[in-house]
Amino acid sequence: MTQKILIVDDSKLARMAVIKALNALRPDWTRLEASNADEALALVKNASPDVALLDFNMPGKDGLALAVEIRQLAPAMSLAVISANHQIEVIDRARAAGAFFLPKPLTEKSLGEFLNSATK
Amino acid sequence: MISEAAVVLTELEMDALTELVNLGVSNAALSLREMVREEVILSVPKVTIMAREEAITSLGEGDGRRLVAVHQHFQGDIEGRALLIFPEAKSMELVRAVVGGDLPLEELMELEQEALAETGNVILNGCLGTIANNLQHSLKISLPEVVYGGGSEFFSLAPPPNVADGVVFIYINFLVRERDIKGYIAMLLDFPSLVTLKGMLGRFIERVGEGGVVTRPHAS
Repeated sequence: MTQKILIVDDSKLARMAVIKALNALRPDWTRLEASNADEALALVKNASPDVALLDFNMPGKDGLALAVEIRQLAPAMSLAVISANHQIEVIDRARAAGAFFLPKPLTEKSLGEFLNSATK
Repeated sequence: MISEAAVVLTELEMDALTELVNLGVSNAALSLREMVREEVILSVPKVTIMAREEAITSLGEGDGRRLVAVHQHFQGDIEGRALLIFPEAKSMELVRAVVGGDLPLEELMELEQEALAETGNVILNGCLGTIANNLQHSLKISLPEVVYGGGSEFFSLAPPPNVADGVVFIYINFLVRERDIKGYIAMLLDFPSLVTLKGMLGRFIERVGEGGVVTRPHAS
């Protein structure tokens, strides 16, 4: 089933990398992009994505805080926090927010596993 | 002031360099976390290309605060120097965090140089290694050295004498929260290395991002 996916990262290159992987994994999905938490929240309210990929380390509100807010707005949305910071505290917080943890650099394999679980 | 080097990298190349630094420092923080057994908080990296004088000023030269730096020289297709910098007043605290808190002060002081050098080595190697791997170029990294002083000392170390012509100043805070240790990482590259780096970043962008769309993010 075609889904709507929200990609949030302050780095344009990182968004390009995600979209490249999506082109291989889910070419038919609709993509929405945001470069910060405020843009992301506006898109969550107005465009109702089904799945969201959130970068952790962003200026302003980070991806974990964003995950908590999105959870309140859209309890059923599948969330993943993407981070190069693999410290156990970060992974634990992602899980506590009900989000998948995906390590950066993002691989097609790990993204594919998340997308499979998200669309089960 | 905009240095000559500032115009060299495009927005996307700066973006790529920032992402690489983020990857590198995150790896380094993971190693540091193992050493201090506490979470290491990282700021969002800010990469700026500036002239040497600006870099010195941004280190707070003149406010009298003494700093300590662990530095390593790297060589390969690009050549430069990486520094891990923090206030000298925090240096013993970092040593204590790394070697454990039970040692008497005298012994800690004996270990200080060695522990600082080793900590710097782990962080800077983690950072440089990750960046080099992602750019698919290897770097030879010298042994760490500990220096005390300020920006004017740190940014005019030899060799190579001309290394600080154009400075890539990477500012990232790392914070060991329980101990209030803050520090940052700087990288110095000369102008020819910066030009080489630009080429490497271009190829990295092709590998990583090619085929990814370039839409403007929007909040509709």
